[in-house]
Amino acid sequence: MASNNNSNNEANVLHPHITPMSTYLKVAGALFALTFLTVIAHQFHTQLGALAGPVAFLIAAVKAAFVLLYFMHLKDDNNTNRVIFATGFFFLFVLFLFSVVDIATRVVEVSPL
Amino acid sequence: MSTDNITHVRSAHVSHHFKDATQEYDSGKQGIWLFMVTEILMFGAILVGYAIFHHIYPDMFAEGAKSLDWRLGFVNTLVLIFSSFTMAISISFVQKNQIRNAAIALATTILCGAVFMCIKYFEYTHKFHLGLYPGHYLDAAKVGAHHANLGMYFGFYYTMTGLHGLHVLIGMGLITWLLIRTIRGDFHSQYWLPVEGVGIFWHIVDLIWIFLFPLLYLVG
Repeated sequence: MASNNNSNNEANVLHPHITPMSTYLKVAGALFALTFLTVIAHQFHTQLGALAGPVAFLIAAVKAAFVLLYFMHLKDDNNTNRVIFATGFFFLFVLFLFSVVDIATRVVEVSPL
Repeated sequence: MSTDNITHVRSAHVSHHFKDATQEYDSGKQGIWLFMVTEILMFGAILVGYAIFHHIYPDMFAEGAKSLDWRLGFVNTLVLIFSSFTMAISISFVQKNQIRNAAIALATTILCGAVFMCIKYFEYTHKFHLGLYPGHYLDAAKVGAHHANLGMYFGFYYTMTGLHGLHVLIGMGLITWLLIRTIRGDFHSQYWLPVEGVGIFWHIVDLIWIFLFPLLYLVG
């Protein structure tokens, strides 16, 4: 750190990936549009019936992907952070899967008392 | 640390236990991502609970969702998405040494958080006024509920939005801290890790709301 001009100085320099403003504007626009789509899709929830929930969840998942990739910079991040993030969702999926399996396979028992 | 920043204003400060600036930056960011996993699992567990009880009592959840004003949730979604946008661009501004713009973007983010909490406050007080409390505090006969266990829906509603609101408040506090440090000149094109870290936290708060809005207000 003594000199600013020696070759070691390169180690002290960050080369940030600067996301261009146009990308952020596009992503924000897409997120706004998908929020409107969520509400529009809800107007047809009687026609959609049981699909209304999954449709709303799917739109939310697409929005979440936009936020993660662009706002949270996972798109330009290293693989370690991607794996860390994926681990969180993996264990959430495990929790969900076994809870659903448990609930779905329960047998209603009537007490003989 | 501070003396270093004064002597080399536009260079990254590398602590001696790091190999180089990139490793230091990556280590800090990795810590934030590990913290994000705990956030995902905390909210995820409540969402799994919601999914299960929604499956068991779909009509009761539909009745609960109808008692919420989706327009308020909709406006709050737009407000949070806009705040995420201003948070994201503040990082770009810092990276380009446009400190004034970064400060404006951060201040806008705090303002959006405040708008979100104001709307939330009016929603909560309105619910309390109607007697829509969580769990057994909700008197089904008094509020004219069709389902005796409507209190469960509001248990989920208050837990999810309350925990989320707490995160918004903490996020606003952290962004205020960032704003002060930005104005003070702590951040520049070689040092913005705290802005990135708090940004990731703020985006996950937005991300959670993206799921809460359709689940609580629309589908029910």
